[in-house]
This record gives sequence, structure tokens and C-alpha cells, in this order.
Amino acid sequence: MTGEWQRRRRARQRLDRIFAAVFLLAIALSLLTLAVLFWDVVRDGARWLRWEFLTGYPSRIPERAGILVPLVGSLWVIGLTALLALPLGVAAAIYLEFYAGDSWLSRLIEANIANLAGVPSIVYGLLGLAVFVRGLHLGRSVLAAALTMTLLVLPVIIVATREALRAVPLSLIHGAYALGATRWQVIRTVVLPTAAGSIMTGVILAISRALGETAPLITVGAWAFITYLPRHPLDGFSVLPIQIFNWAARPKPAFQQLAAAGIIVLLAVLLSLNAVAIWLRNKYQKKAEW
Amino acid sequence: MGVAFQIRNLNVYYGQHQVLYDVNMDIRERAVTAIIGPSGCGKSTLLRCLNRMHDLQPGVRITGEVRFKGKNIYDDDVDPMEIRYRIGMVFQKPNPFPKSIFENVAFGPRINGYRGNLNELVERCLRQAALWDEVKDRLHKSALSLSGGQQQRLCLARALAVEPEVILMDEPASALDPISTAKLEDLILELKSRYTIVLVTHNMQQAGRVADETAFFLNGRLIEMGPTRQMFANPREKKTEEYLTGRFG
Ligand SMILES: Nc1ncnc2c1ncn2[C@@H]1O[C@H](COP(=O)(O)OP(=O)(O)OP(=O)(O)O)[C@@H](O)[C@H]1O
Ligand SMILES: [Mg+2]
Repeated sequence: MTGEWQRRRRARQRLDRIFAAVFLLAIALSLLTLAVLFWDVVRDGARWLRWEFLTGYPSRIPERAGILVPLVGSLWVIGLTALLALPLGVAAAIYLEFYAGDSWLSRLIEANIANLAGVPSIVYGLLGLAVFVRGLHLGRSVLAAALTMTLLVLPVIIVATREALRAVPLSLIHGAYALGATRWQVIRTVVLPTAAGSIMTGVILAISRALGETAPLITVGAWAFITYLPRHPLDGFSVLPIQIFNWAARPKPAFQQLAAAGIIVLLAVLLSLNAVAIWLRNKYQKKAEW
Repeated sequence: MGVAFQIRNLNVYYGQHQVLYDVNMDIRERAVTAIIGPSGCGKSTLLRCLNRMHDLQPGVRITGEVRFKGKNIYDDDVDPMEIRYRIGMVFQKPNPFPKSIFENVAFGPRINGYRGNLNELVERCLRQAALWDEVKDRLHKSALSLSGGQQQRLCLARALAVEPEVILMDEPASALDPISTAKLEDLILELKSRYTIVLVTHNMQQAGRVADETAFFLNGRLIEMGPTRQMFANPREKKTEEYLTGRFG
């Protein structure tokens, strides 16, 4: 009896080790690929990463070309997108979680939001072109792009926020109700503070996805050759991924290297956004436990 | 002494499943009423009927009446927020908010628009809950840094801070050591001069020590209710006797 049992245990332990090795291999492979790609980009682009590159305007001469216009354009678009999508997405999630109840309509809406998160981004681009650029006459502007991006990230934000809201312990919610709190008071004083960290993380991750989007912005007009900085939401603009693509598509090797330098800038912005997300999460977690 | 609750023909269903059958009982004002009975007999369900906590859960159906000071709290014109404000609750598991000790106690007064001196109120409630001496130097530290017993007393202080008329307690001592339990029982005895207290407990000795009246439930039915001493000494029903003497099937 004991022998049989022991043997089985050894078999299970061996299986355990095999799985550990498989998982380690999987993560090592993905990290390695990433490292190689990154190394390749840095080797090509590092030389061009000078102050003049960061503050320079577009030019047909590689030595004079800079990335300022698309960099500022990207920041404008994601900034405005965040401003629009955060309150809208969080409000929608709160509505669905706490007010909508369990009617067939709310179930229909729920199913559709999950589906919307999977719609290809180019479709949002076409929608943005039809509705915002042409329909509302916003033209090929930062605002039209931000509205399009808002549509794109909204489902993701709503889904992430609902997850965060659901993670708030029911015992806390009931504790607040038991003191005579109204639904909105419970949401404001208990639910949102407890969920804030995860909500912010979800929102920033969604927004950083928007930062890398290219297709929908091409359709709403970020392709144009722009030589000035956007000053208000109705100005024209360009964004980082499109500029990078633009450079990469030219035959001259110097432009290829400029594209690599542009990728480094894009990655730097992305990583800073993620760092902010992590910092926010830690900050709120500490505050929540404090 | 007056009557706080008059429960009449109360039936409760979770979906299709009925858990309380035709409960009729009166709960005295400014007294401690213990609710005892085996696990799953519906004690918590009954308690949650008394401050409309069931509203928060879909799929619960309630028929009959719960009259509080003569008024059925399930009437359409009754605001459940006001009911919960007047009838406080301490849960089985301590559930302090992830905020400071001070903010936990101040929570109820704040949301109900308290205008007086919050510092005084918080101190008074913490003293009432016999917690003040242990926390007075760290009022602005997290409530989660307290021990389980301290957290439970904090939850009591939090409930007292809105100055309710009734305090419902669902096995408040189930997670506490004997010393904290004794403190809590002293507290209950002290509070009953001003509050109506309904206490769910699995602990017969506890019911014997603190309760003026005791109600025994079995399978969703009220079997017997009466003055604790009398009921413990010579129960009217055979089932009560079996339960009290531990000879329960
Ligand atoms: N949310 C719920 N949904 C469905 N059934 C429930 C729910 N809550 C309780 N019940 C059922 O109702 C019955 C009574 O539950 P209740 O929690 O009132 O028992 P209790 O007397 O408090 O038990 P315990 O002493 O173990 O806390 C049990 O059979 C339980 O399974
Ligand atoms: Mg219970």
C-alpha cells in the first residue's frame, strides 16, 4: 500500500517539475524575443536620439528631421482620450454594476460591450471618419481622433472597471448600507476608494493600447504632413506610430534608423505610462490599507 | 416595558426555497433578546429581516409584517435607509472599512450629515465599545491593523456612532477569544439600558449570561420564546429541552 502511494507521489512530483520547466521556457522565449527586438532597435536608433531629434520638426533631410510634432500629437490624443474615456467608462461601469439591475436589456448591453472590445480598430476608424470627421464636421483634428480613440478604449475600460468594482468585498458594502448609507454614498465612500487602484491601472493600460494604435488614426486623418504643433483640439496632428511607419517606408537607410529612434521614443512613453499605472496602484493600495 | 418589534406571520424565501415559516414574535425594547438554534435554522435570515438588509440581495421574498414601533417597515412609504440608520447591525465577521480607526467610527455620522463635534463623538463611541484605551494613541492608523476582537469592538463603536435605537448582532463573538468575548458581553449588558439588542448566538452560556429573553428556532420555525431563565430552567417544548441539553439529533 505505502509503496504504491509513494510511487504515485514521485510521479506527480516529476510531472510538477516538467511543468515548471515548460513554463520557464515559455517566459524565457518571450523575454528573449523581446530583448533581441529591443537590442536591434537600440542599435539602429540610439545614434539619432539627440535633443535636436526630440525637439525637431519634420524634414526631408534625415539629419534635420525631428519627432516633436508626432510626439506632441500623440500626447494630445491620448490625453484628450483619457479625459473623455475615464469618466464615461467609469460611470458606465458603475451604472451597469449598481443601477442597471438584471433585465434583458442590461444583459444585452453587457454582451455587446464584451463584443465591442473585440471589434477590429479599423472599424472604429471608419466610424470616426463618418461620424466625427464628416458628420460633426470636426475635420481631421485631434478632437476627432480622441473621440474615435474613446470609442475604441471605452469597452476595455468598462470591462476592467466592472472587474475592479466586483472585487470590492460585499461585507464592506453591506457594512456601509447598514449604517444608513444611500447607494451613491456607498459607491462614493466605500466602493470607489477601494477599487480606485485597479480602475486606474485598467484605464492606463487601455490608454496605452490607444497610444500604439495606427489604423483608426490613419482613417481619421493623421497621415497628413504636418509641420506645426497642435494648439487646440481642432488642430490637425500626427502621431508617433504613423511617423515611424512613414520613416520606415522610405528607402534611405538613415530614415530606417530614424524609425528605430522613433520606436525608442514610443516605447519610452509607453513605459512611463505603465510606470505611472504601477505607482498609482501601489499608492492606492497603501492608502486603502492605511 | 415597551415592545420594539412585532413580527407577524413572517415568511422568507430564497428563490423557491422557504427558510422562515410563519414567525410570530415580539421583541422587547431596551432588553437583550437572544436567538438560538442549530446552524441553518434561519437566525441570520430573521435578523436581516429586521433592518431590511435583504433588500440588497436579489431573489429574496418576504411576506408578513415586521412592525417597528408600530409601523410595518416593509410598507411602501418606508425608506430603507432610514430603517438601517435607526436599526444598526454588527456582522458575524468583523468588517471594518480599510480606513483609519477614526474614519471608521466617523463614517456613519458623516454620511448622515452629523453637525456636532466629531472628535467627541468618536471618543464617546470608542469608550462605549471599551476600545478607547487600546486605540487612543493610534486613531489615525488603519483599522485593519487591529486584532479580530478589537475590530469587532470597532464595528460596534461604528454602529453606535449613528445613535441607533436597536443593535442587531449576528454571532458577534464567534471569532473572539474568551477575554474579548467577556468584554463584549459586559458591553452588551451595559448597552441594554439604552438600546434594544437582538443577539444571534450559538453559545448557550452566553445567551444565559446576557439575554433577558431567548427565542429558539428550528428549521425555520419559532419553537419557543420566553424569559431566558425560565426557558433554560424548564422549557415548555420537548425540542427546546433536547437542544438546550445537547441531546439534539
Ligand atoms: N443567500 C442565500 N441564498 C439561498 N439560501 C440561503 C441564503 N442564505 C441562507 N440561505 C439558506 O437559508 C437557511 C437559513 O440560513 P441562515 O443563514 O439564516 O441560517 P443561520 O441560522 O444563521 O445559520 P448559522 O448558525 O450557520 O449562521 C439555510 O438553509 C441556508 O442554506
Ligand atoms: Mg447565521
